[in-house]
Amino acid sequence: MSTAHTSAGRLEAHHDYHGPQKGWRRWVFATNHKDIGTMYLLFSLTMFFVGGVMALIVRAELFQPGLQLVDPMFFNSMTTMHALVMIFGAVMPAFVGLANWMLPLQVGAPDMALPRMNNFSFWILPFAFTLLLSTLFVPGGGPAGGWTMYPPLVLQTGDAFPMMIFAIHLMGASSIMGAINVIVTIMNMRAPGMSLLKMPLFTWTWLITAYLLIAVMPVLAGAVTMLLTDHFFGTTFFEAAGGGDPVMYQHIFWFFGHPEVYIMILPAFGIVSEIIPTFSRKPLFGYDAMVYATAAIAFLSFIVWAHHMFTVGMPLAGQMFFMLATMLISVPTGVKVFNWTATMFKGSISFEPPMLFALSFLFLFTIGGFSGLMLAIVPADFQYHDTYFVVAHFHYVLVPGAVFAIMAAVYYWLPKWTGHMYDMKLAKWHFWLSTIFVNVLFFPQHFLGLAGMPRRIPDYNTQFADWNMVSSIGAFGFGLSQLLFAYIVFRTIRGGAKATDKVWDGGAPHGLEWTLSSPPPYHSFETAPEVK
Amino acid sequence: MSKIVNQAPAAIAAATLPAAAAHAAWELNMPVGVTELSREIHGLHMLILWVCVLIAVAVFGMLIYSIVKFRHSKGAVAANFDHSTKAEVIWTLIPIAILVGLATPAAETLIKIEDTRDSDLTVKVTGYQWKWHYDYLDQDVSFFSTLERRSDAARQLGSGIDPRSVENYLLEVDNRMVVPVGAKVRVLLTAADVIHSWWVPEFGMKKDAIPGFINELWFRADEVGVYRGQCAELCGRDHAFMPVVVEVKSQAEYAAWLESRRAETQTTALAAAQ
Repeated sequence: MSTAHTSAGRLEAHHDYHGPQKGWRRWVFATNHKDIGTMYLLFSLTMFFVGGVMALIVRAELFQPGLQLVDPMFFNSMTTMHALVMIFGAVMPAFVGLANWMLPLQVGAPDMALPRMNNFSFWILPFAFTLLLSTLFVPGGGPAGGWTMYPPLVLQTGDAFPMMIFAIHLMGASSIMGAINVIVTIMNMRAPGMSLLKMPLFTWTWLITAYLLIAVMPVLAGAVTMLLTDHFFGTTFFEAAGGGDPVMYQHIFWFFGHPEVYIMILPAFGIVSEIIPTFSRKPLFGYDAMVYATAAIAFLSFIVWAHHMFTVGMPLAGQMFFMLATMLISVPTGVKVFNWTATMFKGSISFEPPMLFALSFLFLFTIGGFSGLMLAIVPADFQYHDTYFVVAHFHYVLVPGAVFAIMAAVYYWLPKWTGHMYDMKLAKWHFWLSTIFVNVLFFPQHFLGLAGMPRRIPDYNTQFADWNMVSSIGAFGFGLSQLLFAYIVFRTIRGGAKATDKVWDGGAPHGLEWTLSSPPPYHSFETAPEVK
Repeated sequence: MSKIVNQAPAAIAAATLPAAAAHAAWELNMPVGVTELSREIHGLHMLILWVCVLIAVAVFGMLIYSIVKFRHSKGAVAANFDHSTKAEVIWTLIPIAILVGLATPAAETLIKIEDTRDSDLTVKVTGYQWKWHYDYLDQDVSFFSTLERRSDAARQLGSGIDPRSVENYLLEVDNRMVVPVGAKVRVLLTAADVIHSWWVPEFGMKKDAIPGFINELWFRADEVGVYRGQCAELCGRDHAFMPVVVEVKSQAEYAAWLESRRAETQTTALAAAQ
């Protein structure tokens, strides 16, 4: 029996006009947080595979030196589109989908605060990505100037240029609406007794993330709009000949871009902070410190942006400031890692799939943190900058960081959402394949970068051949393993052993979501629960 | 790397590998380089790396210990503590101390890097899509430097030429930048079209070449030799195909090179004028 039937059946019993609509109307006119959350998550999964195919094209070309498969221009548009699709299409919508599903359940609310805006913010996305992906078929090909869209190079883009910019405007509008909804829901719809410092950490991290989104998405919109007017209306914001400065674009972009990095990792911190206590059967160590560390990271994210651009030629004082501010981030991030470790210390740990992914996150995200600290050291960054070392760094924090946390969340809450348990054995297979291949894929890229291989190149000297081959093998292994993930998810939606309300009866799950049935009723909490 | 690691891929590659590559395969680390700055940067890199390794041993050690020792399946019973102010203060303060320890030498090196005064020679380097232009200021020497022909032929899509048969594939140019050994060379960087980035790993230095602006960097190579790098900022279709090659010669050889270059530059200028 499917989820749809269960909740529909239950609701028709008392007031049928409040149940989900039939057929396509249920999804197109959706105002229910769970339906919208589901759509976000399925959209994200689709984009994860679209972006993944692009990554595999890149890795296939890099399998050996020489150009075998694609033209360098197409290669560049693959790296550019891979980043845009994965960031704006896969990771961000996945977190918004999780927020939609979980925030009302965690704060004890019937739904999100602004359901129609919720519908709108989701339905913008398919149009935005249709626009973005269709650029691959227009004269001049897809955008190929990198996802950072630095001028003047980006101004050489063909017909794809305005399409890409409008697509980004749409994605930004969608994100801002999603963020407003999150803030209004958390601020106004918490159950009686749930003070801010009693909120679950996933809710906390999302609250802070939502403020980051509202602060920086308009900055990105501003930056790309200036590109648009430079290209079509003769302004010279970023052109020296007219009194502008190409580096100013980079400052504006990274003022968005660095908080954006934390937008993609703070909710992941929240997820891991939910899962580790459950399967360690012990309360989270240092809850207050976790909240304050998240806020500290969010604050610091606004004053470190120029560490992405140490090589543009900044004054010495500027380089010093951004180096020190960036290094400071490792303090609150360290607090988080230590607190997770302390949560497990003297616990009673079991290794269900969500915990496995959370543990993998803990180890591998920390490796990404180490390379981040290395990159902060300006003189060393002069060597690392724009090499595969950087590629390895941000993929470590984004793939076994953000993406593994999303997978951990899905394995943690999927039985709650569907009412079905998934196949634990298959999920463990998925975990081991993913963890092994992700390291085969990304660890050698540290070596490539240190040995001197620049990023964003389709061909390379033969000295880089060996590690590139290893990395490409890892990429195909990792990509194929994700088919298993899709299979597990879809099979669980369709059926499986019945999940209990608490789902993780052997563990110690904590939070209001576990007091509801699995799957939860259509309007989640129709009467607000009391929180003591 | 050990032999064991080398053998397996060697067997795979044997079919397609006519000659051993000039550079070390399976390279793991950053080159030490041939300048004072590159050696200091390498030292900093190794310092941070080891600090990270030590922290990793401590943190991962604790994690692995917990995973092994406190297993539910082995009957571990969970304690119930959820904070310790003392521990939290300690693991906030220790990282701060470590950061100060790292930032100090980094700042010292950075100050040296930024000190471009008292140079012996200034070369203006301009990035183009997709080649470099070198202009020896006040020497009447200037020339373009583009990807060498054999690499250029081999790198075409479906060329059928094995890159392994081309020496210094993608890392050789027609006209190398030449500098004297031991001289402090100041490089002024700019670009004609889009942003490029001039990088020679063995000199430890990389800086963006930005249209309409001038950046500067300096290096002093201690050893005669040929040093190879690449454009490090995405600059369009042929970003991968505009290498930077610098030849460091003895003072005398440099002077002779400069003389012959000057004559060549004048001939070209005359030909262009006619």
